[in-house]
Formats: sequence, structure tokens, C-alpha cells
Amino acid sequence: MSVSAELSAIYQNHSRQVLATLIRLLGEFELAEEAMHEAFALALQQWPAEGIPANPVAWLVSTGRFKAIDQIRRKQTARRYAPMLAEDEEVEPELDAPAIADDRLRLIFTCCHPSLAVEAQLAMTLREMCGLTTEQVARGLLQQPTTVAQRIVRAKRKIRDAGIPYEVPDKEALPARTATVLQVIYLMYNEAYSSSQGDAIVNVDLAVEAIRLARLVFDLMTGQMPTADIAGLLALMLLQDSRKAARQDDNGSLITLEEQDRERWDQSQINDGLQWLDLALAQGPAGVYTLQAAIAALHAQAPGYEDTDWREILGLYDVLYRLSPTPVVALNRAVAVAMCNGPQAGLHLVDELASAGKLERYHLLHAARADFHRRLGQTGAARDAYQQALALTEQAPERAFLTARLQALDNSTKN
Amino acid sequence: MKYLALVYYQESVVNAMNEQEWQDLNQECIRCVEKLSGTGNFIIGQALQPVDTATTLKVRNGETLVSDGPFAETKEQLAGFYLLDARDLNEAIQLASNIPPARLGSIELRPIRELPPKK
Repeated sequence: MSVSAELSAIYQNHSRQVLATLIRLLGEFELAEEAMHEAFALALQQWPAEGIPANPVAWLVSTGRFKAIDQIRRKQTARRYAPMLAEDEEVEPELDAPAIADDRLRLIFTCCHPSLAVEAQLAMTLREMCGLTTEQVARGLLQQPTTVAQRIVRAKRKIRDAGIPYEVPDKEALPARTATVLQVIYLMYNEAYSSSQGDAIVNVDLAVEAIRLARLVFDLMTGQMPTADIAGLLALMLLQDSRKAARQDDNGSLITLEEQDRERWDQSQINDGLQWLDLALAQGPAGVYTLQAAIAALHAQAPGYEDTDWREILGLYDVLYRLSPTPVVALNRAVAVAMCNGPQAGLHLVDELASAGKLERYHLLHAARADFHRRLGQTGAARDAYQQALALTEQAPERAFLTARLQALDNSTKN
Repeated sequence: MKYLALVYYQESVVNAMNEQEWQDLNQECIRCVEKLSGTGNFIIGQALQPVDTATTLKVRNGETLVSDGPFAETKEQLAGFYLLDARDLNEAIQLASNIPPARLGSIELRPIRELPPKK
């Protein structure tokens, strides 16, 4: 491997570590980012001639740190959070494995601090933890780059001005704060799910990033606190992601679970997901991610839609609804009820949800209603519901699917 | 850093308390202040009279305009404040979570902005 290829591999695999440690040493995001880029630029100049240092990460960190100190001197800028800079210049920063692991955790807990808006947490995590450019973050989230850039600038300002610390929360706060981190990772995954459907040009795979980040968080948190929820989340994302290739047809239209070609499900991802699920279940009572993963696992293992263990799925939804009584869970549960007790029973539950004013603007509620009516042979009501669903979604694959269903209804009534 | 913890709750909630509950809440607040003082985190703080004692004023064109009530009608009313000295936001959150009315309403934490030096 050439030095520059090796350097680019080091950037790929270790630039986030270098950044995380530099933020701790320098006390500020922007300064640390600049310092990291300068260190890599210098490496590109020096390494081809002088060879790659024995510990490249340590070299990059201390080079970046000296570059930053130089810059602070030049600009005479006062840094609020780095009072250690002046005295400790000669001291080599701590760079052993636990220190690096702590720095990465500090970074994610700062990016996912609950006093930042959820959108800001997501953008900061993608930018700082996953190393995406602002442009890539914007494309991944289907937002304007200027919006994302502004959000990141504001988040960094709040981190500084509100005194959001660069630290792993203490034991008391750790479980709740970890839940926030997992929420951000799952949100990232869900963004991937919808964005990849809306736009094929997106070259950022947020799903891959989310799964990678969950693995990292699992490794970092092991030994610090129970990791069942992290394992459950990983299982859930892997099992959902295993269906990616089967979810859309060649025209970009959505394929429902019922009609997917199960041969196209990614078996190695399923196996990976099942292992993580076992690990999560072995650790005690299942949380919301683990329960959803267990439901996904039953689908993944079923030979066909009709042969799925719907009774077991319904039981899991019952438990999930007790833990998390949201309308979306209720809607999914209604589908399981329909599969166990017939479409009329499902329709009854969904109509109840709709008349309670919940989810009436959610296209999937109307799509579910339409499907129940269709199965009951109530063509007119099915058509109305498909049209309502169509009016409520902008996503191209969903629209293609709903339009196809409407056409199929028209054809069946003509014949 | 210094943080102002603004304590909000719906006055109707404390109005609905019986005498004993109200006295207990007050005693709990006194103990909270003692504890925060003991750890050196308490700079100053007070409870406020109910919002119907509020007066709002503004100066326009050199004229002072006075009116009844608070500046903004909100669901929860400002009931008191603590000025805290904390290492960072995480410590401020931890300290503020022990302020008794946090259970009844909510607490807004605002970092203090130091004015620039006098010229």
C-alpha cells in the first residue's frame, strides 16, 4: 500500500478518534477540526519521505495539538475551556486505549445532549461522530445544506455558551442519556429508510452509518452499564435492513412485506441480527427496541406472510404497547390483530384510532384501512381510503404503490 | 459558570394544596437552599409572590408605561429563582433537579451572560 493510500485508510478509520481527543485537549470543536485537518495535511507532506510513525494516531493528535497551540499564539485568542494549554504544553497527552474510548464517548454524549434540539443532535452526530461533510448530512436528511450548516453552527454555539460539558455523564444520568443517544441512532436509521426511497441519488447510506455507530456505542459502553437496549437496537436495525433489496421493485414502487421476494432478504444480516437479539434477550426484560427486533425476527424467519407466527407477533405488540402506548404502535398492532382475527377486527381498531383524532394525517393509517376494506371486498371504501393515503404522502415509492393498488381495484371492478 | 434556574409552575396546582402540603413544600425548599449553600452552589434565590401581584412596565419615548400582570401569559407562572454556581450544564441540571417545585412544574436553566468590562 502506498503511503497516501495508507493515510487515507487512517483517515477513514481513525480521524474521528483523533478529533474526539483533540476536542478534549483543545476544548473547542472548531479549533479541534482545523487542527485535525492540519495534522493530516502535514502527514501527507512528511510521511512519504520520513515513513509512517509507529503510532500514527498519537502522531496526528500531538501534531494537531501543537498546530492549534501555534494558532492560538498567533491569534492571541483566549480559549475558555482550555486553561491547561499554557502550562501543559510539554506534557504528552494521554493516548492509551481507555482514554481514546472515553474521548469517543464524550463526543457522542456531547453531540446527543438532550438540551440540543433533536434535529441538531442528529446533524451534530452525523457530522462529528460519523465524519460526514455538511453537504452529505444535508443530502442524507433531504435538507438544504445551508439549513444544516446553520443548525450545526447554532449547536456548537450552544455547547460553548450553555456550558454543555465534554464528558461521559455520571452513573445516575447515564441510562437516560444513553437512551437519548440510541434515539438519535434510530432516528438516523429511519431517515435512511425514508430518504433512500425518496431519492436514489443519495450516496450517503445513513443506515450503514447508524449500524456502525450502534456497534461502536455497544463496544464503548460494554462494562460501563447494561447494554441490552443497544444490542436490541442493533438487532432491530439489522433485521429491518436485511429486507432492503426486496422493498422496492425495478420501477421504484414499494413492495409490501406480504409481496416481497424473501429470497432477496440478506441472510447474513438476518443471522447477525438474530445473534444480537439473543444477546439482548439474555440480559433481562426486553425494552422497546428489543421487542420490535423480536417482531422483526419472527418476520425474518417466516417462510411466507401467511405462515408468519402472527399470534406471537400480536403478543409482542401487546407488551410493546404497554411499554410504549403510541398511536403508531397501536396501528401496527391492529395489522397483527387483522392477521389473527380477520380484517374486520383490524378495521375496527384502526377506525377507533382514526376517530380518536390520532394519526388522521398519517398516510399509513389510511393505507391500512384501505387494505382491510380491500380484503373484505369493500371496493368503494378501499378506493376512498387509498386516495386519502395518496393525498398524505410525498414519497415516490409509496405513491407508486398506492396508485398501483387503486388501478388494481379499478380493473377488478371492470372485470 | 453561573446559571439562573427559573422555577415555573401552574399556580392553580399549589392553590389546590392544603395548608400542610403547602408548609411541607416550603420547608423542603428551605432545606434545598441549605443544601445548595453547603456545597457552595447557591449564590442567591427567592420565591415570588403569585403572578396576580405582578406589574409590567416599559419605557417608550421617555415615558414609563405601567400595566397590570406579567409580560407574557403562559400556562405556567414564574414562581421563584435560584442563581447557581455550577461546573457546567450537566452539574447545573443535576442541582436543579433537586429543586422541589421541579416535580410540580418545570425549571428553565439559563447561563448567565457577563456584561463586557466598563469602558
